Amino acid sequence: MMQKQISLRQSLLLGSLGLAGFIGLWHVLAVSGLISPVFLPSPLDVYDRFTTLLDRRFAGATLPGHLAASFQRFAYGFLLAALIGIPLGLLMGWYQILDEIVSPLFDALRFVAPIAWVPFAALWFGTGIGGPIMIIFAGAFPPCVINAYRGAKFVDPRLIEAANMLGTPSHRVIREILLPSSVPSIISGLRVSAGLGWQSLVGAELIVASAGVGYMMVQGQANVSTTTVMAGMVAIGLVGLALDSALRLAERIIQRRRGLDH
Amino acid sequence: MPRRISIGFATIFVVCIIWFLLTTGLGIIPSGRFPSPAETWSALIHVSGRGYGGGDLAMHVYNSLRLVVMGFLFAIATGVPLGLLMGWSRRAEAVINPIFLIIRPIPPLAWIPLAILWLGLGDAAKIMVIWFSAFVPSVINTYAGVRNIDRPVLEAAYMLGMPKFRFVSEVLVPGASPMIFTGLRLSLQASWTTLVAAELVGAFYGLGRVLNVAQQDLYPGMILVGMIAVAILGWGTTRLLGVAEAWALRWNTAALAAKG
Repeated sequence: MMQKQISLRQSLLLGSLGLAGFIGLWHVLAVSGLISPVFLPSPLDVYDRFTTLLDRRFAGATLPGHLAASFQRFAYGFLLAALIGIPLGLLMGWYQILDEIVSPLFDALRFVAPIAWVPFAALWFGTGIGGPIMIIFAGAFPPCVINAYRGAKFVDPRLIEAANMLGTPSHRVIREILLPSSVPSIISGLRVSAGLGWQSLVGAELIVASAGVGYMMVQGQANVSTTTVMAGMVAIGLVGLALDSALRLAERIIQRRRGLDH
Repeated sequence: MPRRISIGFATIFVVCIIWFLLTTGLGIIPSGRFPSPAETWSALIHVSGRGYGGGDLAMHVYNSLRLVVMGFLFAIATGVPLGLLMGWSRRAEAVINPIFLIIRPIPPLAWIPLAILWLGLGDAAKIMVIWFSAFVPSVINTYAGVRNIDRPVLEAAYMLGMPKFRFVSEVLVPGASPMIFTGLRLSLQASWTTLVAAELVGAFYGLGRVLNVAQQDLYPGMILVGMIAVAILGWGTTRLLGVAEAWALRWNTAALAAKG
């Protein structure tokens, strides 16, 4: 009954078996005719559709075109969330009174699912680019604030005491102690933000948009083109994975640089 | 913290006054953009009395709540055991992890079109996407929870020859339970987001449907009522989960103290 340790080779072997089993089962179900291909296209069909969409237009643009439209909105919304959320979180962590004023509002708003902002976003900023940006902002903003706040709050108090004792001016305390020690938390907040923002964008595009990969999927659904829907899912997953890996890399680079500094 | 609470109330009060002044008092924000308190109140009366978007407020709330609870419970019933299995058996982990790695980057909301293609606009499609969105955090956190159990505890149970069933129910589940509840809280949040999105995309009733119809009718008061209802339900279910957590972890004073 004791937990059995397994070697890396075994683990790789089992892993590829798992993946092969999963895709194999999907393929067999799809080609056996038990499930109609409209319902469940085979992995090969999805791959074909994916490559076709790379240079054939569907719902007004090619897949890279839709992805570019989505990504542009995402970038704006995400940057806006980071630019407002991180300073707000840090200030809330440093100044108790601001924390006490903003926290109740923030807690009340936190329970509004980002997607529930869609109607107001459409009303205020239209369905073109402004509305979706607001939804991404709504999804990406809270983790930025919360993690910056945590980062600012959990600075080793001994460092601040030492700085105060040595008479360090407060702008230097902020720049050289508070900011650097909150960076790891901020970066992990950005990772969560990017994930939630990207997911909110997809949601927004499903509901209100005239371009973007979510819009392409809705059109695929309306045309009962399951392969298009699945190709869109693959594309969304790949971009999400790339975003996460990029931020993970940034996290690691920053950590390593600090390791050398100390 | 009485100071904190009084400042909190003061803030909310000031915001309500500013809301009133900007809309009704000074008329800076036109009512087509954001509703005044009076318009919001009348929208609330409208939806709870005559009904809006295919039913009254109680019916929409009931249906949204029902779908979230069902999807969430399915997710717990499938996700927690899978997480336990993956945390316990290195083989199961090795087989299942790669499948997770390729499915996980796809956000739950991206499953909505596929769910509609497969199951239509009814309840089944919504339960499927809610299940999916809540499933992933339950599995991952349960799995992490099992991995965090102190090794000596596992070894002691093994050495004392604990039978398998008791081992799972008295060592594995309790040991992982603080993390399991962390996962459940994330799952619950994801469930609400997904439900609202799925209902906005297409539904016959529910709060997302109210939001959708209100958006098409350009009815800001009703939009706000829908959002407030979603927020209250999200808050209420999270509180309930918190109560369940405190009860389930009542033996674990260290975990409770850590959560404050």
